[in-house]
Amino acid sequence: MSSAPLQDPVVTKETAGQPWGIAAIFDSPAKIMHAAEATRAAGYRWFDCHVPFPVHGLDWAMGVKHTILPVIVFFGGLTGLLLAIVLQVFTNSIEVDLWAIVPVVGYQFEVSGKPLISAPAFVPVAFELTVLLSALTTVGGMLLLNKLPCLYHPVLKSRHLKRITDDRFVLVIESSDPAFTRADTRAFLSSLEPESIVELEA
Amino acid sequence: MTSLNVEPAMNVDEAPDERAPLVIGHDRFDTVTAEICRVNEAKKPPKAWYIAMAMSVALLSCLGVVVLYLFTTGVGVWGNNNPAMWGFPIVNFVFWVGIGHAGTLISAILFLFRQKWRTSINRFAEAMTIFAVICAGLFPGIHIGRVWLAYWLFPIPNQMDMWPQFRSPLLWDVFAVSTYFTVSLLFWYVGMIPDLATLRDRATSKIKAICYGFFSLGWRGSMRHWHRYERAYLLLAALATPLVLSVHSVVSFDFAVSQLPGWHTTIFPPYFVAGAIFSGFAMVLTLAIPARELWGLKNFITMRHLENMAKIILLTGSMVGYAYGMEFFIAWYSGELYESFAFVNRAFGQYGWAYWIMVSCNVITPQIFWFKACRRSIWVMFIASLFVNVGMWFERFVITVTSLANDFLPSSWGWFQPTWVDFVTFLGSFGLFMTLFLLFIRFLPVLAIAEIKGVMPAADPHAGHDDHDGHDDPTSQEVQA
Repeated sequence: MSSAPLQDPVVTKETAGQPWGIAAIFDSPAKIMHAAEATRAAGYRWFDCHVPFPVHGLDWAMGVKHTILPVIVFFGGLTGLLLAIVLQVFTNSIEVDLWAIVPVVGYQFEVSGKPLISAPAFVPVAFELTVLLSALTTVGGMLLLNKLPCLYHPVLKSRHLKRITDDRFVLVIESSDPAFTRADTRAFLSSLEPESIVELEA
Repeated sequence: MTSLNVEPAMNVDEAPDERAPLVIGHDRFDTVTAEICRVNEAKKPPKAWYIAMAMSVALLSCLGVVVLYLFTTGVGVWGNNNPAMWGFPIVNFVFWVGIGHAGTLISAILFLFRQKWRTSINRFAEAMTIFAVICAGLFPGIHIGRVWLAYWLFPIPNQMDMWPQFRSPLLWDVFAVSTYFTVSLLFWYVGMIPDLATLRDRATSKIKAICYGFFSLGWRGSMRHWHRYERAYLLLAALATPLVLSVHSVVSFDFAVSQLPGWHTTIFPPYFVAGAIFSGFAMVLTLAIPARELWGLKNFITMRHLENMAKIILLTGSMVGYAYGMEFFIAWYSGELYESFAFVNRAFGQYGWAYWIMVSCNVITPQIFWFKACRRSIWVMFIASLFVNVGMWFERFVITVTSLANDFLPSSWGWFQPTWVDFVTFLGSFGLFMTLFLLFIRFLPVLAIAEIKGVMPAADPHAGHDDHDGHDDPTSQEVQA
C-alpha cells in the first residue's frame, strides 16, 4: 500500500541451477489479484499465491475449483450416525450368535418394561457422534487435501518469503509448469510490477 | 482512513452512512501483526501476569491437594448427603460447562451470522471455552467416587460384558461434553494454525521456531490451502452451532428427565442454554477487560466490542429472568402441589437467600445495560460481569440443592451443608482455569491475527480502485468467510 512498485524489480537468485520456481512479491491484495488473473490468462497452471489471509475472490481468479471437502464430511457424518445407532442397539439390546458360534450379547437394562431399542432415547448420542465424526473428518480432510503437515517446502525455506504470514502477497510459478522457462517467466513476472522477484531453490 | 480519526479505544459513535471500523489505529497489516505478536514476543509479560500466575498456581496446588485427599479418603469429605446427593460437584460442573458456551457461540453462531466483530474476541473466548470445559470435566470425574473406574463411563468392551445404559441422560452427557470439548478444541486449533505460522516466521530463537513450526504444520499461506481451510472453517461453524445448543440442553436433561419437582420441566433446555450464553459472555468480559488493558489490545478489542457483549448479556439475562418467572407461573398454573411447593420453597425456604442472590445478580444486574453510560464504562461492565458470574453459580446451586433437599416427603427432607473441601475444590478449579488461561496468553496468539487482517478495509482486493476493470467477482454469491 505504501511503497510504490519498483520499475525494475530486484531479482534474487537462491540457486545456480534450475530453480524450483520463481516468486514475485506484492504488497497489496489488489496487486496479487491482478497478478493471479494475468498469470492464469498467460497460460500458467502450476502456480500458487501465498497470502497472509484469504483474499476474497483470489481463489476464483486463480481458477481453483470447489473443494470436495463437504462431500467427504457428509460421509464422515453419516458414518458417525450409523456408528451411534449400531453402538446403542448392539450394546443395550442385541442377543445373537454371530456366525452361529460367537455369542454377542448386549447389556440389557430392563427398566419398568421400557423398550430396549428406544429411538427417542438414542437421539442425543446419535446426534453427538454425527457431529463428532463430521468435525474430525472436516479437519482431517482439510489437512489431508492440503497435504499438511508439510515438513519441507521451497516457499517455507526461502528467507525472502518470511513475510507471507505478515503483510506480503507472493505469487509463485513452479518450474514444473509446461509453460515455464526461466527467462520468459521471469520477464512475465517483472511485467506484473512486483516489489521484488526471487528464484527459489528446490 | 476514517478509523484513524476515531478516539482510540472508544469506537462507539454511530455513523449511519458507514460501517464502524473493527480495528482502529491501523491501516497496515504489518503493524497489526506486530502489535498482536508483541503479547507473545515481549521479553517479559506485565507484572500483573506474574502475580495472577502465582495466585492461580497456588489455587491449582490446593486443588491437587484436596483431590488427593478426596481420592484417598472418599466422597464423604464433601457435604454431599442423602438426599442432597449431587451437591457442589454437579453445581460446579454445570457452572463451568455453562461458561464454556460463549466461546463456541462467538466462533460458530456469530460467524454464521456474519458478525465480523467476533474476530477480535473469538480466539480468547474459544480458549476460555476449552479451559472451562476442562474444569467442568474434572467434577463428574472426581464425583463418581471410585475414580479408578472412570472408564466405565465410556462404552469400552470389557470382560464383564457390561455396557453403559444408553437411555440415561447421564450417559448422553458424557457424549455431549466430550464431543463439545473435541469440536471446540479442533475449532480453536484450526483457527490458530495460520497465526502460529506467523509466530513461527517471526521467531527469534530456535526453540520458538521449532515449537511454533511444529504446531503450525508447515502452513505457508497458499491460497489453494486457504480455499479448503475456509470451507473447513465454515463447516466446523455449521457443525458447532447445533452442538452449542445441544450441550447445555443435554446437561439440562440430567435434571429435566428426572421426576423431581422443580427439575421435571420442559423449559429447562432453552433456559439452560440462555443461562449458559449469559454466563459465558460475562466470563469473556471478566477476562477481556483486564487483558486488553494489560497487553494494550484496545485497538482490537474496542469499546464497541465490549458494548456488543454487554448487549448480549442484557438480552440473555432478560431471557433468564423470563425463565425464572415462567417457572413460577407454570408451577402455580399447573396446580401441582409438589411443583408449587418446590418453587415457593426455593424463594422463601431454607435456601431463599441463595435464590435472591441469584435473582439480583442475574435479572436485576444486567438491566443496567439498558443505559448507554453503563455499556461504555469499563468498571461498570467489569463489576456487572463479576456479579453475573456469581449469580449464575448460585442459579445452579439453587436448582440442584433446593430440589434435592426438599422433595416429596417431609420425612426424607434434608439440609445440604458444604464442607471446606467443597469450597477449596471449587476455588481450586479457578486456579486450573486461570493457570491455563495465563499460559495461553503468554504463548499462543491471543487474537486471530489472520482473521483480523481479513476484516480490515485494506484487505479488500478492490480497495483503492473504483474502475471496475472487467474481472468479474464470482464470490458475491459465494459464501465469504
